[in-house]
Amino acid sequence: MTAVWLAWFTDVAQWFDAQGLDPHTLLTFVLMGFLTMVSRSFFFISDGEWTLPRWAERGLYYAPIAALTAVVVPEVVLTRGQFIQTWEDARLVAMAAGAAYFFWRKGKGQAVLGTIVVGMAAYLPLHMGLGW
Amino acid sequence: MINPPAALRPRKSPMFWHAPYYRHPCFREGAKAQLAIAPGIAAWGLMTGVAMVKLGLGVTASLVMTLVVFAGSAQLATIPPLLGGAPMWVVLVTAFCVNLRFVVFSAHLRRYMMHLPRWHRLTMGYLSGDLPYVLFVQRFPEPARDAEGRVEQMAYLCALGSTNWATWLVFNLSGVLLAQWIPASWGFGFAGVLALSGLLWSLADTRLRLISAATAGMAAVLAADLPLKLNILVGILTAVALCLALEKYVDRVHGAQAR
Repeated sequence: MTAVWLAWFTDVAQWFDAQGLDPHTLLTFVLMGFLTMVSRSFFFISDGEWTLPRWAERGLYYAPIAALTAVVVPEVVLTRGQFIQTWEDARLVAMAAGAAYFFWRKGKGQAVLGTIVVGMAAYLPLHMGLGW
Repeated sequence: MINPPAALRPRKSPMFWHAPYYRHPCFREGAKAQLAIAPGIAAWGLMTGVAMVKLGLGVTASLVMTLVVFAGSAQLATIPPLLGGAPMWVVLVTAFCVNLRFVVFSAHLRRYMMHLPRWHRLTMGYLSGDLPYVLFVQRFPEPARDAEGRVEQMAYLCALGSTNWATWLVFNLSGVLLAQWIPASWGFGFAGVLALSGLLWSLADTRLRLISAATAGMAAVLAADLPLKLNILVGILTAVALCLALEKYVDRVHGAQAR
């Protein structure tokens, strides 16, 4: 069985090598995919019986919104690592327009979809037209 | 030649993909929830694909990376060291650091997952990126207590994960193939940020969560100089720690209902 696997791996690696993807890079990608799985499953990989301490469980109630803002805010207020110096920025206008739509609809129905659409409708003309 | 020999082909379908899940009414609900933010994922995936090629990664390599790695920010963060000839462990450490927020998410998902066999958990975990995780814990704040509820929750997560996976892959792969015709300066990728912001507003339902959001945003900006997107992790951990402290304080002074 091991020999069948090895032969197949060699075939695959050679085929990709011929397409311009060397075995070293291919192996790196496979290990990175494995890392994606490991990091996303980190605390439920082992079958062991344990539970998080109560305080940690409470803390996770605040994690999803923190994760979203920690990703979103730097994307909006930083340009190449520097805090923006002007209000004439398409990203600020788009965020405000999206938020206005969301709260106008009180988050009901397809409010998130609307946030994307309205935000982009504000963003694209300002960004592509005025270069904001 | 790249098809595996018959002896190696899996005899069963992948474990996260089975009838009790995809025939469950909750599966449709999950797919709908994920489709509502699909335009954001699509634009973001497309621009990630474009960026990969523009960073200098070849088309074949970009396609394989997209299919195997399935983690947008880690893909972009590892291309420069990879092309610069950094040792493999540097590339892998980079990927893991960028993925550290998922480790926090996995702590949260643990109680929902532990009734499943290990490979089943791992495949579900692989599919649970940022958006499926957020949508899932928003819809189900507590893990189910009975078998029926567990199937319902896993059907929902399976729908979110597979819809997200399909959308992301289709558009990321298209971005790779269309890279030469799509200038990055158009800025379509901002739709991804808007999708995240929409979810953000929908999560802002208590005062402490608002404080969590404000803290995480500020901390992530102040820590923006950290390498490997570690500012995101700093933001999450600072916000969670502050909210836990505040929660203790509020409970002591005003009682639990004042939160």
